[in-house]
Amino acid sequence: MTVLDIPELALVALVGVSGSGKSRFARRHFRPSQVLSSDTFRGMVADDENDQSASGDAFDALHHVAGIRLRRGRLTVVDATNLQPHARAGLIAVARAHDVLPVAVVLDVPEAVAWERTQSRADRTHGRQVLSRMQRDLRQSYGRLAREGFRKVHVLRGVEEIEAAEIRYEKLFNDRRELTGPFDIVGDVHGCREELEALLLRLGYALHRDDAGRPVDAVHPAGRTAVFVGDLVDRGPDSPGVLRLVMGMVAAGHAICVPGNHEQKLLRKLRGRDVRLTHGLAETMAQLASEPDSFVAETTAFIDGLVSHYVLDGGRLVVAHAGLKEAYHGRASGRVRSFALYGETTGETDEYGLPVRYPWARDYRGSAMVVYGHTPTPEPEWVNNTICLDTGCVFGGKLTALRYPEKELVAVPAVKEWYAPARPLVAPGATRPDTVLDLADVTGRRHLTHAYGTLTVPAENAAAALEVMSRYALDPDRLVWLPPTMAPCSTSTVEGFLEHPAQAFADYRAAGADRVVCEEKHMGSRAVVLVEREPGRFSGGAVHTRTGRPFFGPPLDGELLARVRAAVTAAGLWAELGTDWLLLDCELLPWSAKAGGLIREQYAGVGAAGRAALPAVLATLDAAAGRGLPVGELRGRMADRAAEVEAYSAAYRAYVGRTDGLRGVTLAPFAVLAGAGTSYADRDHGWHLALADRLCAAGPEFFTPTRRQVVDLADEAAVAAATDWWLSLTAAGGEGMVVKPYAGLAARSPKGSLLQPGIKCRGREYLRIIYGPGYTGPGQLAGLRKRSLGRKRGLALQEHALGLAALDALADDAPLWRRHELVFAILACESEPVDPRL
Amino acid sequence: MLLTLTTTHRPATDLGHLLVKHPDRVQSFDLPAGAAHVLYPEADEARCTAALLVEVDPLKLGGGRRRQAATPDSFTLGQYVNDRPYAASSLLSSALAKVFRSALRGESRDRPELAATAIPLEVRVPVLRCRGGADLAVRVFGPLGWAVAATPIPLDEAYPEWGDSRYVDLTLTGTLRLADALNHLYVLLPVLDDAKHYWVAPDEVDKLLRAGAGWLADHPERGLITRRYLAHRRALAGTALARLAELRLTDEPPADDSVEGGPATGDGAGSAPSAETPRASLAVRRREAVLTALRASGASRVLDLGCGGGALLAALVADRRFTEVVGTDVSSQALTLAARRLRLDRLPERQRDRIRLWQSALTYRDDRLRGYDAAVLMEVVEHLDPPRLPALEDAVFGHARPGTVMVTTPNVEYNVRYEGLGAGRFRHADHRFEWTRAEFAAWVERVATTYGYTATISGIGDHDPEVGAPTQLAVLTSTETGTRKEETTR
Repeated sequence: MTVLDIPELALVALVGVSGSGKSRFARRHFRPSQVLSSDTFRGMVADDENDQSASGDAFDALHHVAGIRLRRGRLTVVDATNLQPHARAGLIAVARAHDVLPVAVVLDVPEAVAWERTQSRADRTHGRQVLSRMQRDLRQSYGRLAREGFRKVHVLRGVEEIEAAEIRYEKLFNDRRELTGPFDIVGDVHGCREELEALLLRLGYALHRDDAGRPVDAVHPAGRTAVFVGDLVDRGPDSPGVLRLVMGMVAAGHAICVPGNHEQKLLRKLRGRDVRLTHGLAETMAQLASEPDSFVAETTAFIDGLVSHYVLDGGRLVVAHAGLKEAYHGRASGRVRSFALYGETTGETDEYGLPVRYPWARDYRGSAMVVYGHTPTPEPEWVNNTICLDTGCVFGGKLTALRYPEKELVAVPAVKEWYAPARPLVAPGATRPDTVLDLADVTGRRHLTHAYGTLTVPAENAAAALEVMSRYALDPDRLVWLPPTMAPCSTSTVEGFLEHPAQAFADYRAAGADRVVCEEKHMGSRAVVLVEREPGRFSGGAVHTRTGRPFFGPPLDGELLARVRAAVTAAGLWAELGTDWLLLDCELLPWSAKAGGLIREQYAGVGAAGRAALPAVLATLDAAAGRGLPVGELRGRMADRAAEVEAYSAAYRAYVGRTDGLRGVTLAPFAVLAGAGTSYADRDHGWHLALADRLCAAGPEFFTPTRRQVVDLADEAAVAAATDWWLSLTAAGGEGMVVKPYAGLAARSPKGSLLQPGIKCRGREYLRIIYGPGYTGPGQLAGLRKRSLGRKRGLALQEHALGLAALDALADDAPLWRRHELVFAILACESEPVDPRL
Repeated sequence: MLLTLTTTHRPATDLGHLLVKHPDRVQSFDLPAGAAHVLYPEADEARCTAALLVEVDPLKLGGGRRRQAATPDSFTLGQYVNDRPYAASSLLSSALAKVFRSALRGESRDRPELAATAIPLEVRVPVLRCRGGADLAVRVFGPLGWAVAATPIPLDEAYPEWGDSRYVDLTLTGTLRLADALNHLYVLLPVLDDAKHYWVAPDEVDKLLRAGAGWLADHPERGLITRRYLAHRRALAGTALARLAELRLTDEPPADDSVEGGPATGDGAGSAPSAETPRASLAVRRREAVLTALRASGASRVLDLGCGGGALLAALVADRRFTEVVGTDVSSQALTLAARRLRLDRLPERQRDRIRLWQSALTYRDDRLRGYDAAVLMEVVEHLDPPRLPALEDAVFGHARPGTVMVTTPNVEYNVRYEGLGAGRFRHADHRFEWTRAEFAAWVERVATTYGYTATISGIGDHDPEVGAPTQLAVLTSTETGTRKEETTR
């Protein structure tokens, strides 16, 4: 039995004449979806598998599909004769373009067998001479395959060998997903043995020394594994010492190591190539000169055996000396190796004559954490889930390690500047490199997966959101969350009411919640307050509306923030919550402070027209009645209308307060959404409201408390009391209440699905400004009760789930593009057309 | 909504004959949006008043399922809570046409002579939305022989500081034929209201010309009346005005009848500020200045970033030296307008291939914009909040990196030369800032230094010795053009 070793991800080209049994072989060993057959593609593009004139188009299509499969990391088998160099060159090119290994499997059967099989097939009409030519091509192919670029060439000779062959998949060298750590990933050492020893000790390793007292291994009591990102050698005082220790750790299974460009260059020198002794190689060579030949030989073998990058911990961690872009993770090709060793350069050189490196990390959007070295910086910095650990120890900086999965940095300072840098160590840029977003992060039809579900954002919604986001919204770094839309309670059937608490409670009972909090619905505008103790990563913070616009703009937003900051400080929340920033969900009162224009344009205008028209109508009707005309019924209706317009006017006037700047403005916080490293979505509303109360106590003149009732839904008396409370709130013109699951924002049903975070139950009088002055009329109310809430509820939940994910992303300090993607999606959901009265 | 019609012609009760509605009865008529009632609050020998009361049924107006399928743009609360039940509008006109059909035509079986005679009339519309102010009511009714009293209605007596509403209480008095009076009301009430309740179809042109027979052709506000009556549909308004011109005996220059000046023509972010009196000329000069600078740069593949409705794009496309012209805007609506202006769907393939219109936002990096010879930011930067400018700088100068960038923006110092532009006010409601010459120069200098460009700054428009030119122009040229070219050829 012949065993064919094939990499798990490869492009497998079957090579053989017509009738050699390629399709049969492919069927036996691979899934149908893995096999791309030239016959099938000819049929696909020309309705005829034997139409040779369609071959060009058929192969174009085949190469395209093969390319897509390889990009997606799928093993792909090409079932075609592949007898001519140009045909194989096309496949090699596709494999190279996606950095997978091309493999050839040659099926070589005697020509007579092939001819017999050909003749037995009705759809093969070519003559014997064609087969003979193929056979000649096959003979000539043998010697060429490896040279053409096939990394493995398997030849199966004769029917029996083909029949008996088995496939065995082999992992790529870089695939160490089974290693789950925990790891201590160490930055560029450059011969700084002393600092490396100190760092390993600091990390908790015990050093093992040889008879000469030289460290040859280090062991962590908790079984942690050290990972070296390369550049162990050159420039520093003791490259052999570093090599001895690392080689010992790797040999003992206590460390793994990827090579750096300096190891690569050293290897070439050790192999006798003509390499210039620059960039510290001279020092290494001098140090190695006093080592025995056996050590030099060991070093050569060690470096030669290093794999340019590793994929670790189930694919969640990638280590490469100069970093690695996502498309190259777990791939194998010359350019992948080159990227891992040297990074990507722009082809330019800087003023110090050093190559300008392309900031690949800025574009990185992968989910795997990439840890690397290579580029010395004063402080390691997270950029889109990647981090460079080279802190220039040999240049007098420090030697840094990253504890994984803890994401903790541990460093020891350099003993001295061992080597003068060619250019000063500066941070990559004044601004964080990941503050720049790409249009591709947000536009087009997008599928989003997050911890609370998945979602597809239609392209047109994203397009609409793009306009709002880029023209009106805050900068993405400070726009960390947007409030989800809120569905009203199911439509009430209580006489004269469209919305009633009974229905809100019934909705939550049905969803499986047993305890709710009823919060007064403030008559203001939603305001999200991000407040920082002192200007830092959020430049002090921001106040924004439900669509992400700065609330008032400067300077009022700054003054407002200052008041919130003072109250948080006075309430002692910074220390208590262990944070230097807080994200608060609030309502800003009165509504006219922000929506004065809307109230005047939209609501007051209607009132003015009604209040002027109806008295004139009534006067006319009264005069007609005076003449004995039968207008009684009409007059009655018009009098009702007049009363409704008065009630409507009272409803909007309740939202008007006289304000001047912040004078007359108050803020009603009702949830504390997040602080440094934490989302408070798991805290119950008792906790949230207690903190809100403390802010009110700290700044009673600026903060408005939120009145509420906690209701056990099984307790009929409590339900009745809450209903009465709502009736009294709303009779006085109040907007109503929001009912929320007491357990908090992330409350779930007994079945485990997210509950609506809140259901609004709006007052009968208030709804006049939503549904029209006369909506309570029996005819109208009956029509309005047919309203459908499904879409609104669906959106509310979708946006809520995105919001929870955004809070988590904020707490985890996820890359900006990810945080923004979630917030952007909430805004995109908002451009979905729904009945604005809901 | 209510309209009353009073005459003091003796016997005043003849009004009943003219309207074909008996003064001693209350008559009701079904309308698509509710009901119309005709009744007489007074009717004697000396004075007779007919009242037309339209009772709107909110369920029949807008709240239905059908409207819910409308585009998101029209999907607003105003659709449900509005003044339509109270204010005179095209609904009243429709009712008028239905209820007083023969009177509107000037026909009367019982009183034919009276129908042809001018009689003293008083019309009152207690609530009329008068878009453009009470003065406009005088301008449209005055030339027709009416004495006009239009009293503004306060917005809310509880808040006197809010001032007047958009509504007036309108009283017209005059001696006219009843039919003329009714036709004036039929056409002009919706014109003042300026919000038709139904879709304006081409047959509206005929309706307008019929109702306007004998008075519209020579009316000094015929342009405005026609545009508004036809709901600002330009093609219809053009047809109607052309036909009116044929009817007109006098031979005036046609300038008055321009159909320009309807709703925003969609110049988008690039629109000229309303305060600029010689509006067109500055916009044109700005365009010319940018074109000249573009030609001088030798660019052939160019970006118009924030292209709006495509005014500059059209000029770029007209010049063959620009082999590729890309317009980007964040507003997909603006791009639709630009596509229409460029007649993209009708261009031959070879022309079409030179033009691309992409939605893009200047606060995000966009790979599609890389590698162009030149980019234009014409009247764009001032539409961005200042904290967002660094994102634009990175996206344009850092990422797209065109060889040359033209930036124009208002010179705020010049604003004092605009009459009617209050101190501290910007030229356009959406401007987030306007820069002095020094501020612009400092920004240009910083951007140029940061991103490797050299810059020259000049002015567009008449140079004022004290405050400079109204528009500022900076041309930034990349200092690394050489290396970039090399890379492309490699």
